[in-house]
Amino acid sequence: MANIARSLATLATAMLSGAAFIAPASAQNEQFVPILSYRTGPYAVNGAPYANGVADYYNLINERDGGITGVKLLVEECETAYATDKGVECYERLKGKGPTGAAFINPLSTGITFALTEKTETDKIPIITMGYGRADSKNGAVFPYNFPFLGTYWSAADIAIQHVAKELGGFDKLKGRKISLLYHDSPYGKEPIPMLQVLAKKYGFEFTPIPVTHPGVEQKSQWLAIRQNRPDYVLVWGWGVMNSTAVKEAAAVAYPRDKMIGVWWSGAEPDVTPAGDQAAGYKSLMLQHGAGQFPVHADVAKYVYAKGKGSTEPGKVGEILYNRGIVNAMLGVEAIRKAQEKFGQKPLTGEQVRWGLENLNLNDARIKELGFEGMLKPIRISCSDHEGTRDGRVQQWDGKSWKVISDWYTADEPLIDPLVAEVSAKYAADKKIKPRDCAKES
Amino acid sequence: MIATGQFLEILIGGLMSGVLYSLVALGFVLIFKASGVFNYAQGAMVLLAGLALVRTLDLLVVNGFPLWAAIVLGLGFAAAIMAATAWLIERFVIGPLVNQDGLTLFMSTIGVTFIIEGAAEMIFGSDVYPLRLFPTDAWFVFEELFPGGILINKLDVLGALIAGILVAGLAIFFQRTRTGRALRAVADDHLAAHSVGIPINWIWFVVWLVAGLVALVAATVWGTKLGVQFSITFLALKALPVLIIGGLTSIPGAIAGGLIVGAGEKIAEVYLGPSIGGGIEYWFAYVLALAVLLVRPQGLFGERIIERI
Amino acid sequence: MLYREAGQFKTTYVEDMAIFPIRQDRIALAVLLGIAFIGVPMFATFHIWPFGSDYLLWAILLPFLILALAAIGTNILVGYCGQISLGSGAFMAIGAYSAYKLATGVHIPLGFLGFAISIPPLPVLASILLGGLMAAGAGILFGIPSLRIKGLYLAVATLAAQFFFDWVFLRIPWFTNYAPSGSVNAPALDFFGLVVRTPVERYLLCLLFVVVLTVLTKNLVRSNLGRQWMAIRDMDIAAELIGIRPLYAKLTAFAVSSFIVGVAGALWAFVYLGSWEPLAFSIDRSLELLFMVIIGGLGSIMGSFVGAAFILIVPIMLNLVPTELGVPLSTQTITHLEFIIFGSLICYLLIKEPRGFARLISIGKEKLRLWPFPY
Repeated sequence: MANIARSLATLATAMLSGAAFIAPASAQNEQFVPILSYRTGPYAVNGAPYANGVADYYNLINERDGGITGVKLLVEECETAYATDKGVECYERLKGKGPTGAAFINPLSTGITFALTEKTETDKIPIITMGYGRADSKNGAVFPYNFPFLGTYWSAADIAIQHVAKELGGFDKLKGRKISLLYHDSPYGKEPIPMLQVLAKKYGFEFTPIPVTHPGVEQKSQWLAIRQNRPDYVLVWGWGVMNSTAVKEAAAVAYPRDKMIGVWWSGAEPDVTPAGDQAAGYKSLMLQHGAGQFPVHADVAKYVYAKGKGSTEPGKVGEILYNRGIVNAMLGVEAIRKAQEKFGQKPLTGEQVRWGLENLNLNDARIKELGFEGMLKPIRISCSDHEGTRDGRVQQWDGKSWKVISDWYTADEPLIDPLVAEVSAKYAADKKIKPRDCAKES
Repeated sequence: MIATGQFLEILIGGLMSGVLYSLVALGFVLIFKASGVFNYAQGAMVLLAGLALVRTLDLLVVNGFPLWAAIVLGLGFAAAIMAATAWLIERFVIGPLVNQDGLTLFMSTIGVTFIIEGAAEMIFGSDVYPLRLFPTDAWFVFEELFPGGILINKLDVLGALIAGILVAGLAIFFQRTRTGRALRAVADDHLAAHSVGIPINWIWFVVWLVAGLVALVAATVWGTKLGVQFSITFLALKALPVLIIGGLTSIPGAIAGGLIVGAGEKIAEVYLGPSIGGGIEYWFAYVLALAVLLVRPQGLFGERIIERI
Repeated sequence: MLYREAGQFKTTYVEDMAIFPIRQDRIALAVLLGIAFIGVPMFATFHIWPFGSDYLLWAILLPFLILALAAIGTNILVGYCGQISLGSGAFMAIGAYSAYKLATGVHIPLGFLGFAISIPPLPVLASILLGGLMAAGAGILFGIPSLRIKGLYLAVATLAAQFFFDWVFLRIPWFTNYAPSGSVNAPALDFFGLVVRTPVERYLLCLLFVVVLTVLTKNLVRSNLGRQWMAIRDMDIAAELIGIRPLYAKLTAFAVSSFIVGVAGALWAFVYLGSWEPLAFSIDRSLELLFMVIIGGLGSIMGSFVGAAFILIVPIMLNLVPTELGVPLSTQTITHLEFIIFGSLICYLLIKEPRGFARLISIGKEKLRLWPFPY
């Protein structure tokens, strides 16, 4: 008994000393950037490469440039395990660190994004949700602190349907077709449904949503239903193990893989490799970039990996989710750089970085200069458009690698905007938010 | 004709996938039978066995071993890992907790789950590792009878075969071998067994080892189906209703429960699901289990506990 | 020396039956309440260490209070009445979603009868309490099997409730007011014109709920009903023989337990998360609550608090300490280590003291009485 009492006492001391260290002890000329990641749990397979990309790019900025115009990046990672409550805890833990607090936050989970949306606004910390998050947050007038860069799920849904129409030979050919959506039963998977319903109405195809319960290891009945129903296309909105299971089950029921189109979160290496040859032909959207090596990767190899500071095996540099992490980190860094132009070359607060995000404007020349040529199209954010650009391509897995098989598509803004306006207006009314007047924002 | 074909296909598919749950449920039953421990860690043990197997396999194949040798060595190594786990669990958790009530033992296996998950992922990595021991494509039978034929997954058939062999093997082990009989004695009354000279700790080690080996078998099938990755641990939750329906103490019950759950949930999902929103197989098995419990509180094949409530 | 009850004479039955018969206990409690109600808000308002940032308040104290409340609810069922429940998460969800529906207005169109039931949006306080009542109703319904099943079989039966309600709130859009994503936002926390916004206000709100419900529960378990529960737990047949109706005792335990868990669920959703999805109340939450109750001590209110603190704070600490001490470990390794250490700690505690922290505390008290001169 004395034994246990003593060990408890030790534990308590350890806790107290831990608490003492929470008090910030950081250098002055540093900008704090948090990373919310998940390297454990069912979604680690997809979460880890992404986090590696983000961490490596921040490292590159520090190693190659000595920070953003001299302001070093202070990075800390927190494990969320893709769970909302842990995500909230991580956010609270990291938001106040560094001399000026967190510059922005990338939750990497639609659920955490929903939970943080209100908090970040009170704390004045912008939230970057590149290619995920809430689709209505494109409207910066209602969501000043949310930045769904490069494309929301509504844009993704529209791009997917555009590609289907192109394969069929025109939008008029969509009429009477059957398109199913196999989705992860969570806010993430449900987001595209309203848009697909709008599209189904407009083009006259029959739309069937098919839910798959978290984590998605069991999809037999869904695929047997698909086998009987024989939809012309199956859109896959999965994450983690659900993607590879979908591909395998499709193979098992002999549903043609080239009639499956995954969203950009269902189209990376871990989603197809477990299925082996059976995955050949599977298609997915691209969040602009694909897999592969670009000029920026050479710098990463030279300044980060050569110094032994890389966060993964060099062989995994250039995978799709790794590249997405790099792009995400780069956009954040560029926003800080933009904000420094206005507020000075010092550590900035979240509110100042928000200005940088809203005025972010990367043209082709700048993208080339950064070493991202071929990965990204020009992006320009404004108050009324926090998405910036809504372009995407389609890629296909040939059994060994992802091949780009289409031209660029641009999501149909006039079609999406009314839905954005409607849903964001409802949010504003619920939360009693008075939308900003974007005409007055510079 | 289409409707019959579809029904048969779903029924067969459901029965087969139910047997795959039984593979996991068997491990639960073994341990519960012998030590009264409701082992939540079975899912984590499948993950550990799978990771140990697939990582050794990859390592050996990369280093130029022939595939058959790699498989044999991989299985051997994974079995050794499971033996070590069984010994550690018996020595440090279940042994010291002897005579505690069921709830405490159950919670301690959740603690064990955390340890195994953390350790397995730390040692072997947390990526997804494809395992290709069995074919994963399908047969289409009766194509002349039904349009499109009836789809039967080769992996499911193999899984069912393996489960059958496993159950037969376990039955022989329990009925015919000295250790097996000792196991049954311990299950009936561990104090009496102890007093006639059966080494209880050894017996418990054997039980956990057998459960670990069952987990390894389950890992070969499920690893081929899903790829070895963390999500395999969720199988524990799919196996619970199987075991409740079959009865916590019956090995054939685990198979029967699997068949009932598999067929029931697939048929419910395909035929009832669309009218009430889909995804009902998530809870259907549990509600089925609840219904069975209300009629037969010990499960379909469990030992009848004579007790008033 | 300090903790000596010599000289404290009880002259009435009321004094003898007080919740805290020892004066030192009363003083300690008063100090604790003083710190909780006055000290913490003061420190937090003026940002005095360790409340320099909102972290301690938002990420530790707030979830601690709410989960402790839920643990007390679970403890009534598991600890006092002996019915193992793995469905507490579901009852939290029922509390949360019912409260949400009531706070945003209920509209049930009954087209076939030619009219609709409409309830205008209720005030937040009423919604939270009614949410608890709805959870109590569901608890009674899913408690019925307990009349026939017990032990671990019952635990699995309660899992049916867990998975069923997970699905209900995921799939039936009516509960989420047809939100396209299925994620819902809590209404503004308006209590009779007083709007709760800042962390300190949220903390005080939860503290108030916790204190009131704890006092009520503590008295309930000391009452006739509480003794009936414990009799059923200790030996159901004997209890029945002395005239306790198992039906009544078990179902009241389910109802009271679910009510408290439901209120905790509503607070978790409204006050802590603000925006949530069914995954916030998954099976993991149920297991977590069961852990709090068992590690804390079955049948102990005090234990529920300690257990909640342990299960909530230890993983966070395990995660924080290496980073703060500057140990060069990757996040991945830290998280895996956290799992291993946490699992080992749980096993260790279960082995060393299966009756939980509550038992350790009472042993500590006994020792303290004799300190520093044990016989």
